[in-house]
Amino acid sequence: MAGVKLERVNKRFGSTRVIDDVSMAIGDGEFVVFVGPSGCGKSTLLRLIAGLESITHGDLLIDEQRVNNLTPQERGIGMVFQSYALYPHMSVYQNIAFGLKLAKADKQTVDERVRQTAKILQLDGLLERLPKALSGGQRQRVAIGRAMAREPKILLFDEPLSNLDAALRVQTRNEIARLHERLGSTMIYVTHDQVEAMTLADRIVVLNAGHVEQIGTPRELYERPASRFVAGFIGSPKMNFIEVTAHPVPEQGCRVEISAVGQRTLPLAFSAGSASEATLGVRPEHLIPSPSKDGQGLEIVNVEYLGSEAYLYLERDDGELLVCRTQASSSFQRGERVVLDFDPVHAHLFDRDGRAMAPLARHESITEPQGTMS
Amino acid sequence: MTLRTLKGIVLKIGFWVLVAVLMVYAIFPFYYAVVTSLKPSSELFQVSYWVDSVDFSNYAAVLSQPTFLAAIRNSVIVAVSVVLIALLLGLTAAWALGRVRFRGRTTVMMIVLGVSMFPQVAVLSGLFEVIRTLDLYNSPGGLILSYTIFTLPFTVWILTTFMRQLPDELEEAAIVDGASPWVTLTKVFMPLLWPAMATTGLLAFIAAWNEFLFALTFTLTDSQRTVPVAIALISGGSQYELPWGPIMAASVIVTVPLVVLVVIFQRRIVSGLTAGAVKG
Repeated sequence: MAGVKLERVNKRFGSTRVIDDVSMAIGDGEFVVFVGPSGCGKSTLLRLIAGLESITHGDLLIDEQRVNNLTPQERGIGMVFQSYALYPHMSVYQNIAFGLKLAKADKQTVDERVRQTAKILQLDGLLERLPKALSGGQRQRVAIGRAMAREPKILLFDEPLSNLDAALRVQTRNEIARLHERLGSTMIYVTHDQVEAMTLADRIVVLNAGHVEQIGTPRELYERPASRFVAGFIGSPKMNFIEVTAHPVPEQGCRVEISAVGQRTLPLAFSAGSASEATLGVRPEHLIPSPSKDGQGLEIVNVEYLGSEAYLYLERDDGELLVCRTQASSSFQRGERVVLDFDPVHAHLFDRDGRAMAPLARHESITEPQGTMS
Repeated sequence: MTLRTLKGIVLKIGFWVLVAVLMVYAIFPFYYAVVTSLKPSSELFQVSYWVDSVDFSNYAAVLSQPTFLAAIRNSVIVAVSVVLIALLLGLTAAWALGRVRFRGRTTVMMIVLGVSMFPQVAVLSGLFEVIRTLDLYNSPGGLILSYTIFTLPFTVWILTTFMRQLPDELEEAAIVDGASPWVTLTKVFMPLLWPAMATTGLLAFIAAWNEFLFALTFTLTDSQRTVPVAIALISGGSQYELPWGPIMAASVIVTVPLVVLVVIFQRRIVSGLTAGAVKG
């Protein structure tokens, strides 16, 4: 088991910068998830850590040791691939034993390890089968078993659940979480699915266009996103964004004017000295709708009933939609008009560069984000 | 009977007639060789399409010739060596050309293909000098060398094509497991390329087994000849007699191994093409 440290890591393919000055430290035994839209470089970053791609510039340290030029095996990593990449001509037993045999472990050790691994992953009865005789979930478990049989210091997962159907995905997600608890090894997991990221991670790394947007616990990312990108990426349905003009108010934060809501003073440290354009962000569950009495407010253009909750879609004057979560029992109908309210504590304000404004000191009821911004 | 069913029957008959024509076209020469080889020399020029009486005297005559037996031995040595060398070099070259990204990869592939376009005659004299220099004249080594040159291009091309179809992640999984390129090639790729190797190996074997021009040019003595040359040089009692019976018997004897090989590997080839057992 070991920590991983990236120091200003860069990767270029030709002249394209795929990874741009990424630095982070991953603690021993931590479960870190890289998340981001496709093409953001998350898989490349994982492959750099694995040693399947070479680092153009910067240092990668595992256990305080520079490993830039070591092979994946020397780095002590195990990897689970998106397509599983099981050896199709080898039985489950041989698949799991392959790495051990190459490491010149004696027969007895190999056998012990394989059986132990199989037991943990409930593959006991399948050891003699070929991969083609296994279901998707079983293949997935074999792939994990192959990665962990050599007891690597770090386990890497490259979108391991994307080939499974929805029900199996939830189940396997749970199994991976339990496995992490049981093995206690450092795990790095790549996904584009923010639900996977939120449920599995100790800490999430949000990547965008090759650089780190924010690093933090799921709660930090959700409650205090450091940028508009993170705010929009984490959470489903997405956070509502409204363009506003913000005026700084000494001691109190800043004042914004919002249609269908009115004026609000937000307890946020406004960076600009005078009034300037900004983006207000409020999550759907923090918008509180109430029926409009005077025919003002916003029109409900759609109601999505999900059983446990319902989403209202409201059309603004400029055609943009706002999403608002309500209880399933609420009686809002399509075509009705509503006015909105929200608790200023739950509001986010982003400057023109998309950076979040920090909360004022005395309003800090929520943990301060520790993530670095770049 | 309606017109429709009649049409169906006619079409069906037409189909089988076509199949029969093709079968006869493909098999008749070989069939006639077998029939001829089973006739005693006295009946040789009576045309008949059926075997009336089986007479193995031609086979006995051929197999009692020590030079023919030596020729079979030489052919086996040469063909097997060519297959092994071509597959070994072809597989490693295919790994490099199909898996490793390097500058000039396409150029190399084109040169490999270009080499195979030269007619044998064009390189005959040059190759003769090479073989003389290497002191391989009149020995199986010379033939192995020259056949390998002509077998490698298509071996490399076919294996490279198959190699490219194998998923990248399979190789990466092997790398993560700590496999060297050689181990990856032999333990992971080779079992998956087995159908392709059977196909190319078979083609290489047939090419080496049947080759005539080089075999005639690069050997001198009876003891070093391969089967095609040996058959061509089977002579009768006088220069005015062509011993058709023994020639046909010898031809049948040397064709049988090929047929057996194809039958053995046929299922492998077909299963390899259909199963595509690569997707993990």
